[in-house]
Amino acid sequence: MSVQATSTSSDASIAPLLKSQRLDGDRGCWQPRLGEVTSHDVESALASRPGSYSLAKLLALVSPAAEEYLEPMAALSQRLTLQRFGRAMRLYAPVYLSNYCVNRCQYCGFNHDNTFTRTRLSVDEAMAEADILAAQGYRDILLVSSEDKAFITVAYLTELAERLRGRFSFIGIEIFQLSAAQYRQLLDAGIHGVTLYQETYDRAVYARYHLGGPKAKYDMRLRAPEDMGQAGMREIGLGVLLGLADWRIETLALAEHASHLMRQYWQSRISFSFPRLRPACGVPPTEFPHLLSDRNLVQMMLALRLCFADAGIVLSTREPARLRDQLMGLAVTRISAGSRTSPGGYKDAKASTGQFEVSDSRSPSEVVAVIKDKGFDPVWKDWDGAFSHA
Amino acid sequence: MDKLTIAGRTFDSRLLVGTGKFSSPQVMAQALVASGAQIVTVALRRVDIDNPADDTLREIDRDRYLLLPNTSGARDAEEAVRLSRLARAATGIEWVKLEVTPDPYYLLPCPVETLKAAEILVKDGFVVLPYINADPILAKRLQDVGTATVMPLGSPIGSNQGLKTRVSLEIIIEQSSVPVVVDAGLGLPSHVAEAMEIGADAVLVNTAIATAADPVEMAAAFKLAVEAGRKAYEAGPRAPTRNAEASSPLTGFLRDS
Repeated sequence: MSVQATSTSSDASIAPLLKSQRLDGDRGCWQPRLGEVTSHDVESALASRPGSYSLAKLLALVSPAAEEYLEPMAALSQRLTLQRFGRAMRLYAPVYLSNYCVNRCQYCGFNHDNTFTRTRLSVDEAMAEADILAAQGYRDILLVSSEDKAFITVAYLTELAERLRGRFSFIGIEIFQLSAAQYRQLLDAGIHGVTLYQETYDRAVYARYHLGGPKAKYDMRLRAPEDMGQAGMREIGLGVLLGLADWRIETLALAEHASHLMRQYWQSRISFSFPRLRPACGVPPTEFPHLLSDRNLVQMMLALRLCFADAGIVLSTREPARLRDQLMGLAVTRISAGSRTSPGGYKDAKASTGQFEVSDSRSPSEVVAVIKDKGFDPVWKDWDGAFSHA
Repeated sequence: MDKLTIAGRTFDSRLLVGTGKFSSPQVMAQALVASGAQIVTVALRRVDIDNPADDTLREIDRDRYLLLPNTSGARDAEEAVRLSRLARAATGIEWVKLEVTPDPYYLLPCPVETLKAAEILVKDGFVVLPYINADPILAKRLQDVGTATVMPLGSPIGSNQGLKTRVSLEIIIEQSSVPVVVDAGLGLPSHVAEAMEIGADAVLVNTAIATAADPVEMAAAFKLAVEAGRKAYEAGPRAPTRNAEASSPLTGFLRDS
């Protein structure tokens, strides 16, 4: 089994690398390679330096053969996560700003073609949502919006960030793609993290699910994390929408992307999220042939931890309480709790339509009790606005 | 055990302890007591330094411990200086553990920005304890600009690998005119004993205590190891040798001839 070496730092962009590895489509070569992985390969991967990455190692860990090794993988992952992150569990909460959208993504409740009453929050209304979260103890806030560029402008985000800074120690965004210059403006305004998923690294699959809107351009989207890196963002969140394509190959592409960014933009911390497709408004689950089981999801998470010791691993309330509780300490370092996925959802639980159905609907205080019960310290603050602003 | 003096203040304990990664502020507080530490470092990113009711800060008795804020997470000199000044304005504490760690993975200190920040902070009246790689020349440069200590790493922070930089640490200890505090990578009591045996003035431990199954017992173990290592150093250890050396001279009989 031969696997091409990982990128060197001279590569300017991830696109040619993915192409040369045949990870951006035409992936026929990967299925046999995954099938050829032996128990010996998996054991070698487990014996390699914990937390270090190579494509060959990750291939072994996401292979079907590694399914027999989930227990030793979990033990290693737990030890590594404890060593690197300690007994700390970072908490954050999303605020949805708008669910108006110009994109037509087949899996998303906010799809432009879906008919429902849409909402966008003024800066004041967004502040009212944030106040509710601050009262619950949150200091780490994630601003979320669908592609509503007409309303959610850089000026809007800058004003909101400036008002949030006093109460929140970390502000991140998960919105439509921006330019490097715009990311830089937001960084200067105190937004230190950006999460943006490629959704799928397979071009054909990408085209099948992204039927219209600016987001339909695969190559443009692939550029986004580079732009965040160039802007000097502190945290860059990556992920694939789990369920669109074979998760094993997607994990390889995701890892190559992360590894490339880490070499190139070495001052930005990479984190991984694991959005797993769940039923939402207008999303028939039968249309998605690659849905992941819990075992698949856990294998993916453990494999990434064993390759990236210090990457943040984020798990949202899309996942059910039982699974989230079990994964704390195994690999996950950052979780949300009590999330509402519609604009204005904290003030009015019935407000508008959510992006996805929240599966873990426990309150922040209930989740905090579980974190403590499991021997972890719930960490509300792990950053300080003073890094960038006096 | 003789006392440790940093910037004119003396301390009975030569073990400094970090406050991150504990399962709760209460466990942290118990571990601090067991460690016997008198200098306790806290990351400004993790606490509300201007809020005495902060979960972590309220567990650190300021009469008992010197609270040493650190700038962990700062990417350059400007950020480290800004954080230090805000912390001083909020608390009146002039001591700062200077950490400039632009790489978010191994958290290795940037020599260029650390030196720059140290220069500014010293001029601004701070007592500066810089975290550095085990680079003897950098240590001298920092001493020249007036830092109160140097804090070279034993191995990458949180890695529990012990004194991987021993060769350079020995040079720093040999040449330094300010106290040398070995910081980072000390995973076992035997590692800190080794650091003290080779003449480090003090050590700083965090991960190895915080992530132990029993952090309080581990803190006590580190306390003993620091004391043992220091006593051994003061007692004048003999250099290890590859050859056997008899306790009675083998050639003593020649005196009679």
